[in-house]
Amino acid sequence: MSEPGLRVLVVDDEPPIRKFLRVSLTAHGHHVFEAATGGEALSAVIAHRPDLVILDLGLPDMDGIQVTRTLREWTKIPILILSVREHEQDKIAALDAGADDYLTKPFSIGELLARMRAALRHTLPLSDTPIFTTGDLRVDLTRRVVTVIGQEVQLTPTEYDLLRALVANAGKVLTHHQLLRAVWGAGYEQETHMLRVNISNLRRKIEIDPTRPRYVLTEPGVGYRLRADN
Amino acid sequence: MEHSRPNPDELLARVQAEEKQQARGKLKIFLGYAAGVGKTYAMLEAARARQSENVDVVVAYVETHHRAETEALAEGLEILPRKQIEYRGRVLAEMDVDAALARQPQLALVDEFAHTNAPGSRHPKRYLDVQEILAAGIDVYTTLNIQHLESLNDVVAQITGIVVHETVPDNIIEQANEIELIDLAPDELLQRLKDGKVYVSEQAARAIEKFFRKGNLTALREIALRRTADRVDDQMRAYMETRAIAGPWATTERLLVCVSPGALSERLIRTARRLGDELDAEWFAVYVETPNHGRLSRQQRSRIERMLHLAEELGAKTLTVPSIAVAETVVRFARSHNITKIIAGKPVRPRLLEFLRGSVVDQIIRRSGDIDVYVISGEVPPSSPTFESTGWTPHRPFRRYLTSLGLVAAATVLGLPIHSSIDPANLVMLYLVVVVVAAAYLGRGPSIVAAILSVLALDFFFVPPAFTFAVTDTQYILTFVGLLIVGLVISALTVRVREQAEAAQQREAQTAELYEFTRDLAATSGIEGILQAVIKHVSETFSREIVILLPEGEALKVGAVSPGFALTENESAVASWTYQHNEPAGRGTDTLPAAPIHCRPLKTFRGVVGVLGVKPTNPVSYLTQEQSRLLDSFANQAALAIERTQLAEQARQAQLLQATEKLQTAVLNSISHDLRTPLVSITGTLSSLLEDSPQLDAETRRNMVETAYEQAQRLNHVVGDLLDMSRIEAGAMRVKQEPCDAQDVIGSALDRLAKPLQDRNVTVNIKSTLPMVPMDFVLMVQVIANLLDNAIKYSLPETPIQIDVGMSEDHLQIQVADRGIGIPRQDLTRVFDKFYRVQRPESPRKLVRLEARPALADKYFRVQRSEKVTGTGLGLSICRGIVEAHGGAIRAENRAGGGTIIALTLPLAKGSTA
Repeated sequence: MSEPGLRVLVVDDEPPIRKFLRVSLTAHGHHVFEAATGGEALSAVIAHRPDLVILDLGLPDMDGIQVTRTLREWTKIPILILSVREHEQDKIAALDAGADDYLTKPFSIGELLARMRAALRHTLPLSDTPIFTTGDLRVDLTRRVVTVIGQEVQLTPTEYDLLRALVANAGKVLTHHQLLRAVWGAGYEQETHMLRVNISNLRRKIEIDPTRPRYVLTEPGVGYRLRADN
Repeated sequence: MEHSRPNPDELLARVQAEEKQQARGKLKIFLGYAAGVGKTYAMLEAARARQSENVDVVVAYVETHHRAETEALAEGLEILPRKQIEYRGRVLAEMDVDAALARQPQLALVDEFAHTNAPGSRHPKRYLDVQEILAAGIDVYTTLNIQHLESLNDVVAQITGIVVHETVPDNIIEQANEIELIDLAPDELLQRLKDGKVYVSEQAARAIEKFFRKGNLTALREIALRRTADRVDDQMRAYMETRAIAGPWATTERLLVCVSPGALSERLIRTARRLGDELDAEWFAVYVETPNHGRLSRQQRSRIERMLHLAEELGAKTLTVPSIAVAETVVRFARSHNITKIIAGKPVRPRLLEFLRGSVVDQIIRRSGDIDVYVISGEVPPSSPTFESTGWTPHRPFRRYLTSLGLVAAATVLGLPIHSSIDPANLVMLYLVVVVVAAAYLGRGPSIVAAILSVLALDFFFVPPAFTFAVTDTQYILTFVGLLIVGLVISALTVRVREQAEAAQQREAQTAELYEFTRDLAATSGIEGILQAVIKHVSETFSREIVILLPEGEALKVGAVSPGFALTENESAVASWTYQHNEPAGRGTDTLPAAPIHCRPLKTFRGVVGVLGVKPTNPVSYLTQEQSRLLDSFANQAALAIERTQLAEQARQAQLLQATEKLQTAVLNSISHDLRTPLVSITGTLSSLLEDSPQLDAETRRNMVETAYEQAQRLNHVVGDLLDMSRIEAGAMRVKQEPCDAQDVIGSALDRLAKPLQDRNVTVNIKSTLPMVPMDFVLMVQVIANLLDNAIKYSLPETPIQIDVGMSEDHLQIQVADRGIGIPRQDLTRVFDKFYRVQRPESPRKLVRLEARPALADKYFRVQRSEKVTGTGLGLSICRGIVEAHGGAIRAENRAGGGTIIALTLPLAKGSTA
């Protein structure tokens, strides 16, 4: 399914979790490096040049947000956050700091592999995919035309910008802040209200049943995610 | 600090009175101002109207006086036979109460409410008969003339000159549910009288002539009108109070009327009653019992009793206060009871005596300060010679000595003309009388002075040689010594007897006070009420400001305090010392005597429960020994009462603790079950796989692993619920209310439960135009998900689940409804309790009720047996915690046609967040 032979760095202070990830990922043909602290993680990224980092937020020496910030100073390597339900705010902070996606413990290996795929995909440049499709939704990024089951949908400029931002990161979660900054610009990060109204309007236009959206998915408390076909 | 708002006790009393009224029959009084205004006629007319409404009406007693129109009205009404009572050879016809009771009508007509029954009847008065009929639940219509009203009796007598003996106590009238005033212009009434339309008995003819004068009638009419208006006013006020309508409340006045054995007292009492009524004031009737009380004639004493009884009947609180100083006592009482007006009689004693002694009224006025004093004049001539004896005891020492000198002088003047004819030794008797009188009335000092003066006077005026102190005959020395000794002994004995009598009276009064206090304590429960009772009684009895301090941990805290009294730091220190050493301290003791407060430990045999602080309002007044002992008794009673409430509270706590422990055990059992069950399955599966036994084929392995995975998810769910619950309980849950799209919330919840819902039919009714509602998105998603989870668990897979989202003016409402097994009615609110799971019968044998409905029973067991029913008993309580933190509400109800509806409402305005 996903491209085999990826070099994955697993950062977690709990040996059973590292072991579980090593066994599972190795079984799927990936190569796994391990780190138990933030410090070890930073040097392991330099030493092993992994393709992806799976990072636990609760580390003994520094927190995962700090590790993410430090890494983002010099590399765009995909970072996948592992968090527990009790630390919603840390998760959002890590995403805003540049992490690509997150998983809430406990998770299944299927979910992990799907997230890994999404995180790796959007390192591809947007210009390579001028037409994006998922299900019956088709977005022509060059002509700014959106169709659902072949029917053209009229979007306001804001709604289109919103959809475009989601398309550019298809399959990956975008936090409220990230979306607000992408569509409205810096300084609007707190205006979640505007975002919710526009998401609601966008869904009414592109979703068949807005109560059970198929394309624009809500990540409660975090942000939104555009479903991507595999 | 009087409050005019109704207090809970008053309201309760009113409600009880209303309830009592409901069981009792209703009393309606047709009130007139004179005979002939048409009361009976109006009553009969009203009765006929009731009869036409199919009310069962009988005439228990109506006097038509053979007036044609009245008789015509009575026709067609059932008339009960009268009871014939023989009295002194005459047969009198009275109402037959037993017949009325046996007949049990809905409404009985009873004429002439104030009528006095023939001797030998069951009750002396007809209104008492009526009480009995009312008590049997029968409504009564009756008639009454205004002059029969007890409190107006003397006013009417003054106006008309006719004393009416048949009176009805005011409180009986006040109990009437309705009073209808039957009014007729006096001219018209006089015309009717002239036409012979008013019944006049022969005996009364002369009196009636005097009575029916226009002036009289107008005055009576006015009284009747005012009285009725007052009552309407009272009812209005009572209505407003019960419904807490703010209005111009009457100022809280308190009246005090001084009762004496004099003839004026009755008038005073009636005046006080009227004034009290007008001001809507509480009133007290006080008799000051001086040491002279014992010397009053039996008639006078019983008169005082009667007066006090009358006052009580008219609604006063009556008290007898023993004291030697009337005016002082009256004013002191008035101050301690917040009296605003004192009513006293104008003195009727001769001017000379008044000049000498100063009247009690004068003294009251002089001392009254800001209290108004109303002096009522009496037309009664000063015929009763004993009237003076009630009040008179000259108080000023100077005056007492002067009086004693006067007495000796009087004896001397009396002796001068006769001393030539009798032996000086016999004149001694005259002086002995003076000494005894002085001892009895003036006290020890003046009586000793009288004894010495007597000896000197005897010597100077009567013993030869007269008008010198020289004595020729030495035998007179013996007379002098004898007179002096006898005088002194008599004085000492008389004074002691008097003091003993006073002491006994005082003790009696104290016992009465203590009794009142203990009765009040027994009647209250709860520390608040007890402290208030202590404050009230102690401050009233001792005229002091009171503070009660109760220990709280190591420190003493003020539990209750007289209004307007603030404890200074210095005073707190005294209280602390008292508490720590279990000894009285402060003023009047050896410890910290300079402090303005006197503190006593409130101790029981178990220890000190608090401290009672007493601060005199007058800085020079100290407690007498007697008072100090009494204060001890009060303190002991208070301590016991406080301890009683503390013990009751401890018992309650212990019970609560026991219940809490029981609950905790249940919770622990539940949690350990919920955590272990999935672990058993997971551990079992994993150990089987570890053994890698060859019997397990691929299919079985896969099955086992799937089960273990499911159980692991369940375990995760349980842990999540427990963590959420503990966060809610610890108050650590932060609700971040932001405008959210309700549709998005529902969608996210459906998405979270996508897997268990995949085969279910879920309909969502939601308007697309709903505005954003302030809520915590994540928490509300969890609420909806929990509700959906329950709907899935407790209903069959083929039944639909319905979500309705609606909007009212200020609330968002979300309903999740299923067609499942429902919730027993008694559990509808308890399902939101922590760890509460609806108890459902586990074995078919217990399902007697369900057996009658096989379809339902089948459905029930299928749901029961399905693997899904594995709640923690926390889901709904988490929902409630979250919804309430949003300022909303959640409730469960059974759905028409079967199933459960859980409905929650959230305020649209960003509300009370926890």
